[in-house]
Amino acid sequence: MQLVKRNTASPAALVLAPVGAVLFTLLISALLVLWAGAPVGQTYGLLLQGGFGSVFALSETLTRAVPLMLTGLAAAVAFKARLFNIGAEGQLYVGALAAVAVGGLHGGTGFDLPPALLFVLMLLAAALAGALLLLGPALMKARLGVDEVVTTLLLNFIVLLLVSLMLDGPMKDPTAMGWPQSVALIADLELGKLIAQTRLHNGLLGACALAVLVWVLLKYTVLGFDIRAVGANPRAAAFAGVPVTRTVVLVAMLSGALAGLAGAIEVAGRTSYLTLDMSPGYGYSGIVIAMLAGLHPLGVVAASVFVAGVLVGADSMSRAVGVPTYIADVIVATSLISVLVATLLTQYKVKFK
Amino acid sequence: MTELLDILSNLSFWVAVLRIATPLILGTLGVLLCERAGVLNLGIEGIMVAGAFTGWLTVYAGAPLWIGVAVAAGTGAVLGLLHAFLTVGLALSQHVSGLGITLLATSLSYYGYRVSFPKVSTPPTITPFAEMGWLGLPVLAQQTPLTLLALLLVPLLGYVLYRTPLGLSVRMVGENPQAAEGQGVSVAKVRTGAIVAGSALMGMAGSFLTLSAFNAFFFNMVNGRGWICVALVVFASWRPGKALLGALLFAFFDAIQLRLQQSGSAVLPYQLYLMLPYVLSILALVLVARKASYPQALMKPYRKGER
Repeated sequence: MQLVKRNTASPAALVLAPVGAVLFTLLISALLVLWAGAPVGQTYGLLLQGGFGSVFALSETLTRAVPLMLTGLAAAVAFKARLFNIGAEGQLYVGALAAVAVGGLHGGTGFDLPPALLFVLMLLAAALAGALLLLGPALMKARLGVDEVVTTLLLNFIVLLLVSLMLDGPMKDPTAMGWPQSVALIADLELGKLIAQTRLHNGLLGACALAVLVWVLLKYTVLGFDIRAVGANPRAAAFAGVPVTRTVVLVAMLSGALAGLAGAIEVAGRTSYLTLDMSPGYGYSGIVIAMLAGLHPLGVVAASVFVAGVLVGADSMSRAVGVPTYIADVIVATSLISVLVATLLTQYKVKFK
Repeated sequence: MTELLDILSNLSFWVAVLRIATPLILGTLGVLLCERAGVLNLGIEGIMVAGAFTGWLTVYAGAPLWIGVAVAAGTGAVLGLLHAFLTVGLALSQHVSGLGITLLATSLSYYGYRVSFPKVSTPPTITPFAEMGWLGLPVLAQQTPLTLLALLLVPLLGYVLYRTPLGLSVRMVGENPQAAEGQGVSVAKVRTGAIVAGSALMGMAGSFLTLSAFNAFFFNMVNGRGWICVALVVFASWRPGKALLGALLFAFFDAIQLRLQQSGSAVLPYQLYLMLPYVLSILALVLVARKASYPQALMKPYRKGER
């Protein structure tokens, strides 16, 4: 088996590739649904309906999509510069910790600052916490050549234990009956609702705005050019005068900050306090979303709505026909792999000898 | 201090160290084999889950324990073949393919478990491997045969890598695939073989959890052990002997933190003890960083005829 680069992308491949990827994913999932003994058509119908079929379903999907957009953006910018940040999960949690520390402690007085100022401080603290958490691995990569994949992964476990420690001690909500849960943010800091009577909050607008900002940054600024250059070929970039180390560090700060904000916005928009199970792996899903989007910031918005819809839809489908909710992760994983293969096939021809 | 001495002088502590180390030894050898051939395999976390699940399910269905281990290894090999198809055949990003496989293998295993046992509150159990009392050696006699197998695999892998033509080919395609191709070695075949064999070891590492350390399958039971193996390989400078040492060292600190937690006189919050192994892993990576000699072609996809 050998790959031959196509000189021009074949139009047929460009159309067939995404269609094939979707069909392949549907086929694999259909086999699994059959294994669970449920009717395939009905299961897919319920999944679609549960994720997108009503205002309520859509509001739930978009609520779930907000943190995914931010962790997706975090992964997309980092991967663009070939900084493999697998630590968005940890950065999300330190962001949430920082948000609660600024906006919830001090007996709910919030330093006696005006809420608007405190809100900004809360977001800044979360972004800074996320950025600093990724700064360490980025510096270790740039200075010592320590692989950032392993360090960021290991930091996720350390951060989760740190959160557990804080929820048992300094940040514990004394009124939570021993449940490990942090004190709540002061009410003024909670985000407004986008649609009344749903959980959908203004964080969605913020996340979309950040996606546009990141897109502009990557496409139209010097830093964006540097990031793309370092990602394409670090040695060539260095030769051409791009400050590689500085770019990697800045990308790390940006990526970590985005993931940290995901934590703060989850707390301010949805939960108002921090628990150990606040994120069902949003940080890891962000990587999948970034890849599904081809690392394009605006694509991240679409991909996160897709993934969120599958997750939310699977929850409600599972209640109806008894197919385990883990089908959602299988669908996401299969679509990731098939999209990667499909994208490759638009650029390369496979020759069998 | 005396408390620490008490722990260290207790034979059962060393039994625990070796038991904790076993899946790490198997997993680390698996990662090492893949990386020596130039391919990062972040699928390990999911492959361990899949091995733990299929191995256990096979035994639960009535097969002998060793068949369970073989099925777990086979599951790993199949997932390894998928990783090889994506990273060697199609030359896709090794990071992304590995993470994709972890997600796929984990979710498929959990899905399969829930489909097979929709309404169980306590996980169904099997009779795990028995201790090797007949061996008559201290510490080792209280282990199961899988631990012995893991220990024997260390010199075996070392021998194959450094003393056989096959091992030379593996190391060549990991260091300089162009030169290997020039010598008539098929980079694609050797890399695929190494990934499949390495992933089989990862599957076995998973099966140790359900067939030896515990007697049932739980969600989140692998809990980052796969990632630890990826770190241990760097710590071990890609050498099997040092990989054994690294796994034992990690297990030593993990066992210490368990004992300190249980000893009641623990002054610090238990989370700090749990953090210890992860913090030490990162420290170890930093300490060996200057000397680390990565396989030169690691993470570099090889497309024949393309530079």
